[in-house]
Amino acid sequence: MTSPAGERKELPIRRDDDVVRVRQLVRSYAQQAKLSLVDQTKLVTATSELARNTLTYGGGGVADVEIVADTRRRGVRASFIDEGPGIADVELAFTDGWTSGKGLGLGLSGARRLVDEFNLTTEVGRGTTVTVTKWGR
Amino acid sequence: MTNPTQGDQLADLLRGDADELIRRWVGLAASSLRGRMTEAELDRELREFFAVLVDALSTGSRDIKDDAYADARVLLEELSRTRARLGFSPSETAVGVFALKRAVFELIERRGNDGFREVIALSSLLDDLGLWTFEFYSRTREEIITEQSEQLLELTTPVVKLWDGVLAVPLVGTLDSARTQVVMEKLLEALVESGAEQAIIDITGVLAVDTQVAQHLLKTVMAARLMGAECTISGIRPQIAQTIVGLGIEFGDITTKASLADALLHALRRAGVDVVRRRNQAV
Repeated sequence: MTSPAGERKELPIRRDDDVVRVRQLVRSYAQQAKLSLVDQTKLVTATSELARNTLTYGGGGVADVEIVADTRRRGVRASFIDEGPGIADVELAFTDGWTSGKGLGLGLSGARRLVDEFNLTTEVGRGTTVTVTKWGR
Repeated sequence: MTNPTQGDQLADLLRGDADELIRRWVGLAASSLRGRMTEAELDRELREFFAVLVDALSTGSRDIKDDAYADARVLLEELSRTRARLGFSPSETAVGVFALKRAVFELIERRGNDGFREVIALSSLLDDLGLWTFEFYSRTREEIITEQSEQLLELTTPVVKLWDGVLAVPLVGTLDSARTQVVMEKLLEALVESGAEQAIIDITGVLAVDTQVAQHLLKTVMAARLMGAECTISGIRPQIAQTIVGLGIEFGDITTKASLADALLHALRRAGVDVVRRRNQAV
């Protein structure tokens, strides 16, 4: 459910500095949605992980960020959509310390712990979409 | 929109009075450049583009994304790049393309009305080409900005000496791979030069620590250790600490401190320096 004043923006993720742009957008939305400093930082960090995943493993894609609201609170929702190879073993991908690349293997699982809602859909050969939401308190 | 006969007509129209058109075009374009480019340069540029454009037109195509216009697009990209580097504004850049329209209009007017349909077609085509330069111009501008931010990156990572044998690197802003590489190199070089055995990496100014940043920090600390220096990470603010825990990053046996002051005190102690308050000093 989007509030009438809900802002929404789509950003491409094609290069390293696009990740920074996504992060800045999420931070400004999180401030508008009046998230606490800790929640802002958690959300920004989670989206930073996911945006980098989109870039590194998904071969680039888009980030769709919006301010959402229900009856009593506001929050920020961000979707990361790529048309990359998809994730063959989702459970394995969520294992702490497991990585198919060169990272720490904490991005996906860590991001899930940092947000309130986490939704991942993936299809091998078709791409991956991750949507996260952080609500204000 | 593709109509071979019309295409030939349009190409013929331009080709027929090529010299006159180009001269007028160069004149119009030059007036907006206010001497930042010589007319001879401009003439060479536009003449080249004119030839390519007429060739493309004579294929009958009116869509600038067609292969026929590939050369024209490349030339415009080149032109936009030069203009951006010379500090021209986007409109000053695009006007170079639009000026041909005026030259053609003037020609048609002198001849009477029979070329009107061609003019309309050419007009929208030139608009498209003008927009193409816009697009490429802003892309080049972004490249320039990227270059500048890279230069800035060199500037904003100083290694400072806090005490004999104690170095500090205050990090501000975004920590990406390129930046960390610079930080690491500078720190390691400074360690060699100064023979310091204590290094403090202060991340007070880093807005967010994600796994990539953490990984970079860990690598830097490891490298410093291999050189015999002990590294402390300071400036971990409450929200960053909570986020790091949430992510599940382990800093292992690396010493971390909340503030740079704490880290300095720790480093001094490790270096065998005691900091004591004078006895008769009021607090």
